[in-house]
Amino acid sequence: MTGKDEDNQLFLEAYRKMVKIRIFETRVLYLFLQNLIRGPVHLYIGEEAVAVGVCSALRKDDYITSTHRGHGHCIAKGGDVRRMMAELLGKKTGYCKGKGGSMHITDLSIGILGANGIVGAGTPIAVGAGYALKLKKSDQIVTCFFGDAAANQGSVHEAMNMAAIWDLPVLFVCENNLYGISTGLREVTRVTDLAKRAEGYGFPGITVDGNNFFEVYETTREMVERVRSGRGPVLLEAKTYRHEGHDIGDPCVYRTKEEVEEWKRKDPIPRMEKELQYRKVLNQSEISMIRTQIEQEVDEAVEFAFASPEPAKDEVLSDLLMREG
Amino acid sequence: MRQISYREALHEVLDYELQINPDVFLLGEDIGPLGGAFGVTTGLWQKYGNERVRNTPLSEIAIVGAATGAASVGMRPVAEIMFCDFLFVAGDQLINQTAKMRYMFGDQCQLPLVIRTVIGAGQSAAAQHSQSLEGLLAHIPGFKSVIPSTPYDAKGLLKTAIEDNNPVLFYEHKSLYNMKGEVPEEMYSIPFGVADVKRKGKDVTVIATAEMVHKSLRVADRLQKEGIDVEIIDPRTLVPLDMDTIINSVKKTHKAVVVHEAHLSYGPGAEIVARLADEAFDYLDAPLKRVGAKDVPIPMAPHLESFVIPQEEDIYKAIKSVVD
Ligand SMILES: Cc1ncc(C[n+]2csc(CCOP(=O)(O)OP(=O)(O)O)c2C)c(N)n1
Ligand SMILES: [Mg+2]
Repeated sequence: MTGKDEDNQLFLEAYRKMVKIRIFETRVLYLFLQNLIRGPVHLYIGEEAVAVGVCSALRKDDYITSTHRGHGHCIAKGGDVRRMMAELLGKKTGYCKGKGGSMHITDLSIGILGANGIVGAGTPIAVGAGYALKLKKSDQIVTCFFGDAAANQGSVHEAMNMAAIWDLPVLFVCENNLYGISTGLREVTRVTDLAKRAEGYGFPGITVDGNNFFEVYETTREMVERVRSGRGPVLLEAKTYRHEGHDIGDPCVYRTKEEVEEWKRKDPIPRMEKELQYRKVLNQSEISMIRTQIEQEVDEAVEFAFASPEPAKDEVLSDLLMREG
Repeated sequence: MRQISYREALHEVLDYELQINPDVFLLGEDIGPLGGAFGVTTGLWQKYGNERVRNTPLSEIAIVGAATGAASVGMRPVAEIMFCDFLFVAGDQLINQTAKMRYMFGDQCQLPLVIRTVIGAGQSAAAQHSQSLEGLLAHIPGFKSVIPSTPYDAKGLLKTAIEDNNPVLFYEHKSLYNMKGEVPEEMYSIPFGVADVKRKGKDVTVIATAEMVHKSLRVADRLQKEGIDVEIIDPRTLVPLDMDTIINSVKKTHKAVVVHEAHLSYGPGAEIVARLADEAFDYLDAPLKRVGAKDVPIPMAPHLESFVIPQEEDIYKAIKSVVD
């Protein structure tokens, strides 16, 4: 295969993942509204190009830390939608055996060091994993996703400084969707580009259009190269927007219809389709075929989840501490 | 046998573990060239270098978080938090991350990490540098909690802590660092959840931790002269808690007094007497008593501080009140 073919293969795979996130999340929304999924659920719809653009530039054995809006990260890193759906339904076959739910869906075996219900809290954990990799002289890296609102948490400050002073292999990715619940970024911070904060810690920060897969991917690739070569952390800020509310049920009174419509016109998925068609990687009938295949995959995930057993009550007491010394 | 201090006993284990296990590393504020605020890591930075004895910025959140993250990918970090009073700067990491990761993710990881920290008053360090907060996190499922009272126990329990595959909180009492005691040269582990009978007696059971073990021992000598034979049990680990040893003692003495330096209300003693009331009610001949710090912040002025912290006289009175 030529380099170009490999790229196209990667783009196709990335496109499939973006569509998978969209279809998975749309199904989650549907099931939630049917009262079949419980607990807080934060959908990734509209932000697909960030998780997929970033994760497409990572190696399989690289680590990530995720957030409360973590379904997209899990799929982008290669997670199994069947086990994700089972977790959302609180089933024994779910990633966390029903103990975690939406905010904690995680697959350690593919390098996801947790999704987190505490905003910002994944950042110091990413730094610790980065430190471990450095001690082990590994060339793996850790990517740390966090939101624009998380950027104002003390934990993020401590983590970024620590990663900087020890030149740790950590790629910080700020998913700037302009809001933390109802609070607009402009209300809570003086800078418009959060990437600027990197300078204060002594490492590079770059802002990209988070709705443009190619821009996210290409920039991440360059940054990953730098991080992997041992030159310390970087901060990527991806500007994006969530189409849905903060969580399902959010009436979204804090943003205008016009703003939402404007961002929907910048939807990352049609943009990627257009670009892939232009590059002759994909045609319209292939697009429909991919969508049909993924709808089927998600159907199967839902069936699997519903058919799965509930965790037994006594399992509630296990998994806390390792039994042996 | 040779005598070394509590500080030296801890130091020996850290030195040994750094030497034999490449996965072990230390991190904390001023633990490098200085050797830590209480000198426990003295010389280790010089011996093992920057990467394995890592001096950190003043960032308790990131220290605990980094230890957790490193443990989640297979390292065995030993973090130092200078005073337990600062532990709760990292409250979220401790309570919502470290304690919960394994359970919340359904057994996908193990977290072999130790957080060493310092408890105790007696040095006029006032309200924010004198607390005994070992009970707070004992309330949170997901940690083991260790509180050694002698150099011998310090060594064997720290060894076990580093070998354990779970998050371990390790509380060192600042007044004990200089205390000397018999400690074997060779390495040994003391299992968690095994209390130690520090003094055998038949009239009353005293359950004491950290420095209160030594105060209670002195009180027991005094009471011996009055014909009262005190048994002193040091649980050594609050989680897991060895109730069997405590209950067996109460079966013999029928009376129990719990002594700790933590505040009285909602302190570890409340848990111990509650379990005794529940599990050993039939053996009890007297009300269960607790001795703990008064429920105020620890004041600076020495005479106020010693008024707040349990003294031998307080322990003496509590014991007398159940035997008379
Ligand atoms: C420490 C903490 N404070 C508050 C919350 C409640 N909360 C959950 S998500 C959220 C907003 C987070 O916004 P951002 O980091 O921008 O991520 P986004 O939801 O936009 O993806 C808040 C305030 C929390 N979970 N944790
Ligand atoms: Mg946001």
